[in-house]
Amino acid sequence: MNKRSLVSALRWSCAGLAVLLLSGCNLDVLSPKGDIGMQEKSLILIATGLMLLVVVPVIAMTLIFAWRYRSTNTKATYAPKWSHSTAIEAVVWTIPCIIIAILGTITWRSTHALDPYKPLASQVKPITIQAVSMDWKWVFIYPDYGLASVNELAMPTNVPVHFDITSDSVMNAFFIPQLGSQIYAMAGMKTQLNLIANQPGTFAGLSSNYSGAGFSDMHFTAVATSQQGFQDWINKVKASPLNLDAPTYHALTQPSEKVPVTYYANVKPGLFDSIIGQYMGDMQMNKIGTEPAQASAIPSNNDHAKAAE
Amino acid sequence: MSTAITANHGVVAHGGAHDHEHHDDGSKTLLGFWIYLMSDCLIFSGLFATFAALGHATAGGPSGKELFDLKYVFGETMLLLISSFTFGLAMLNMHAGQRNKVIAWLFVTFLFGAGFVGMEIHEFHNLIVFEHAGPDRSAFLSAYFGLVGTHGLHVTCGLIWLLAMMHMVGKFGLNDTVQRRLSCLSLFWHFLDLVWICVFSFVYLMGVL
Amino acid sequence: MFGKLSLSAIPFHEPIIMGTLLMVSLGMAALLGWLTFQRKWGYLWSEWFTTVDHKRIGIMYVILAIVMLVRGFTDAIMMRAQQAIASADAAGYLPPHHYDQIFTAHGVIMIFFVAMPFVVGLMNLVVPLQIGARDVAYPFLNSLSYWLTACGVVLVMISMFVGDFAATGWLAYPPLSELKFSPSVGVDYYIWALQLSGLGTTLSGINFIVTILRMRTPGMKMMQMPVFTWTALVTNILIVAAFPVLTVALALLAADRYLDMHFFTNELGGNAMLYVNLIWIWGHPEVYILILPCFGAFSEIVATFSGKPLFGYKSMVYATAGIGIASFVVWLHHFFTMGSGADVNAFFGISTMIISIPTGVKLFNWLFTMYRGRIRFTLPMMWTIAFMVTFTIGGMTGVLLAVPGADFVLHNSLFLIAHFHNVIIGGVLFGLFAALNYWFPKAFGFKLEERWGKASFWCWVVGFYMAFMPLYVLGLMGMTRRMNHYANPAWQPYLVVAAVGAVIIALGIGFMLLQFAVSIRDRAENRDLTGDPWGGRTLEWATSSPAPFYNFAVLPQVEELDQFWADKEHKRAYKRHEHYADIHMPRNTGAGLIMAAFGTVFGFAMVWHIWWLAVVGLVAMVGTFIARAYDTDVDYYVPGAEVEKIERARLVPLHKLIENVDPASAGQKVA
Repeated sequence: MNKRSLVSALRWSCAGLAVLLLSGCNLDVLSPKGDIGMQEKSLILIATGLMLLVVVPVIAMTLIFAWRYRSTNTKATYAPKWSHSTAIEAVVWTIPCIIIAILGTITWRSTHALDPYKPLASQVKPITIQAVSMDWKWVFIYPDYGLASVNELAMPTNVPVHFDITSDSVMNAFFIPQLGSQIYAMAGMKTQLNLIANQPGTFAGLSSNYSGAGFSDMHFTAVATSQQGFQDWINKVKASPLNLDAPTYHALTQPSEKVPVTYYANVKPGLFDSIIGQYMGDMQMNKIGTEPAQASAIPSNNDHAKAAE
Repeated sequence: MSTAITANHGVVAHGGAHDHEHHDDGSKTLLGFWIYLMSDCLIFSGLFATFAALGHATAGGPSGKELFDLKYVFGETMLLLISSFTFGLAMLNMHAGQRNKVIAWLFVTFLFGAGFVGMEIHEFHNLIVFEHAGPDRSAFLSAYFGLVGTHGLHVTCGLIWLLAMMHMVGKFGLNDTVQRRLSCLSLFWHFLDLVWICVFSFVYLMGVL
Repeated sequence: MFGKLSLSAIPFHEPIIMGTLLMVSLGMAALLGWLTFQRKWGYLWSEWFTTVDHKRIGIMYVILAIVMLVRGFTDAIMMRAQQAIASADAAGYLPPHHYDQIFTAHGVIMIFFVAMPFVVGLMNLVVPLQIGARDVAYPFLNSLSYWLTACGVVLVMISMFVGDFAATGWLAYPPLSELKFSPSVGVDYYIWALQLSGLGTTLSGINFIVTILRMRTPGMKMMQMPVFTWTALVTNILIVAAFPVLTVALALLAADRYLDMHFFTNELGGNAMLYVNLIWIWGHPEVYILILPCFGAFSEIVATFSGKPLFGYKSMVYATAGIGIASFVVWLHHFFTMGSGADVNAFFGISTMIISIPTGVKLFNWLFTMYRGRIRFTLPMMWTIAFMVTFTIGGMTGVLLAVPGADFVLHNSLFLIAHFHNVIIGGVLFGLFAALNYWFPKAFGFKLEERWGKASFWCWVVGFYMAFMPLYVLGLMGMTRRMNHYANPAWQPYLVVAAVGAVIIALGIGFMLLQFAVSIRDRAENRDLTGDPWGGRTLEWATSSPAPFYNFAVLPQVEELDQFWADKEHKRAYKRHEHYADIHMPRNTGAGLIMAAFGTVFGFAMVWHIWWLAVVGLVAMVGTFIARAYDTDVDYYVPGAEVEKIERARLVPLHKLIENVDPASAGQKVA
């Protein structure tokens, strides 16, 4: 009786899962709007399909064997000494090996094809966006346009976007689920990501690596739009009265939550490199904000402790 | 252990050949101690890996080349090497049953070990106070102090153990338990010697060259 | 005088914490009062706290694990409740400051203070019995290991009421866990709790390796060891190889926080990636440390309840060893998104998949053990079947996450959370519950009753699927982990379903506690008189239930795998001897408990920067150890006559019981 209820419960769970999956038509990761995301989606589906080739039979066999060889079923064969079969062992080692060999090959290829650092093949010249994570907001610098924004970025569709990413605080991860790959943002280091949006839209972006109290609100919007729309966005930012100069930048680095979208018409050239450089221990490099990182680093711990209290 | 057994149970205790598995002849303890040393070895591996990863992160501060005095460190090394040799002599005497000589050689070993720790403390003091190159100066120096300091801490533990063993040899004589513990300490001491050789080559020699 | 500690460290302004404190204090007071009233302190001290008997230490580990399971689960259900209501940027009822501590504590507690002590407790209880040993290699060290684990538990529990706990996530990644970003004592509690209990775990690892290698009963070759013992051996090798790396990572983090060093800081050349690498070099083997003994338990259970030897014993052993070795070359799959090159990512992705081969083989071996068996659906077997189905799904999503291209969109999402709960609950926890039901009679002499046990089983299984399947979907919807609140209202229905699942699991836990209570009340009905309640195959079933403190009056002679089964078949089991030799046993000692108590003082003092007290604690701890080294009265002999009396009391009625019963299945029929 228990087996029956076990079977039915499992069947019920599987059905429930299927219903959940079907009803969820807004699965961001499985409805990508860019080429990288598309490739990743099909990779997920292919890999899952391959594995189901083993998983489904294993689950089915578990339930069937459990049912058939229940102790009350005296009609089933009972082989109390049987514990070895070279043929079966060969098969059970071979099947997973084959599946993994196929999956391994796919993995090797896809990992190289989807390497976040790899520039996307395109006729169009990519645009560069420099993303900086802070407590708890994202700053996006457009070095080609000399402007910056907080918690919103825009990109033209069908143009590859090259992201340079760093952090001016703890570790975060830069992630726009509908466009594909994420990558960590770490202080003193530059990570890279190449994405493309093939359809226009406004996509949710977020930090997917927990970074402290304000983490939950550390999201941004990524607007993919036509070339004209992108130019309009640039003009809008350029019209902002704010500039991202040293004092403004320093003020921005202070912890804050739910920061509204902000535009800065001008940015000091080389800001991104100096954000990274301030952590490299080189005294010359750290003249970004008013407070040199070195000075804060050495006697800092107690000061920060006090500041936090 | 075995003295207590004999005292309590006399002949009966050793009569039951079947329960030999609880009469530890020391080999079980030594095996366990070996495994412990391997895990300790992994701690040092972790610290060496850390040093390898951070060794160049001087952050504008002094590098090993500017800081290390090879002659001085060679002196430290010699102290530790000699202490290993004197420990060997203590072990030879242990096997010969020469209780007082064991204590004497352990004491000599202790002196050399203490000399090593003293020199290391002096070196650290020098770096921190006069060179302004303390562990808080850069990741490289953190890794350096972390690795060398952990070794020094191990030697210090070894010194405390040595003191206890000298007292135990005096109190209990060279019974099975004491012999077993001396064997473990001996392994520990030689192990630290070996680690130091790695520290010397990897940190100091390669740092200066 | 008191370092950073002052009255303001107690969070009087947080009603939830104060309420908990009140309840915990009342509960503790009631328990202590009852113990005092019943005059149980002397008994507890001499029979349990100071014990060096591996079985009792094992039981204490499991009790500790179950208590902490309740604590860890309370954290879990609070999180589920928070996320179920904090939709569309509603604040919910837990502010981030509190919520972040809860998810950190949940992870830390469930891994370090539930799964680990449960696994170590089982190994304690079962391994020496399975290899026909009278104790572990170092009984005193075993007691010390236990109390050091308890010391970690005490520190974590204190952190709830005095000061706070880390709010960094369960692995305390720097730079977030550095003093600059986490200035409170939370991370310090984390460091010292894990360092002290980690020391205990390492010692326990060494202890069991030597026990298994050197204390097997005469005749037992390595390839005749029960599979659970094999998995225990591999697990303990992994412990000894992995925990030192954790020790290093935490020690360096402590150096950053206490000595202003720069291992992992942003500034002055520190490198947080180094910590992430170190912690996962420990962390990945850790999950195999947890799962392997559970695989071992499933193997024993499947064979016993199918009435057949385990299919493919050798395959099983090689698969276990293979998993153990491979577990050290996969750690980077926890951070494919760090920006390593494609070659590195692909290497670690593929090596991770390779682990699924031996794991798959194990599943097939269990399947073919069931094939042509006579399967009895007892609780252990039900947990096993639930495991086989659930774990297969978890394994599949795990391999999916091992594909770097897929991980780039699934990493840190709730898909990942669903995956590892799928393997840790569906694998480790189901395994531990199966093992608990299976070996309980060996520990206490009576079986657990089945009615509440089955209620608990169904609640757990249904609750698990309801709580975690929606999380897979949420991951695919782009929801990341550790969110205190969220803007997207489309996530809420799934989170509500997950919260309901958590409530059902809560029922499962409640029924399990009820199962224990009812079983204890009705123990006379479920008494196991044979020592072999299930028709077992391995040596632990050859001795009485509960096993006598010396385990075996005469060490069993082993010539084959499943020796006890063969003995029963050939009617050699339950042999009574006329004379028994004296048995050499270790004497109880309080040294382990005292050392761990001073360790707790040391840890607490370090957390609060009370330096003088830290010195006192450390010196007292080391001093106790040295003093123990001077104690020569560490063992004694059980006279043969006493052994004879105990054995006669068991075997004479037993022989009457089994006279007319097929000895191969004597146990199940009699009991």
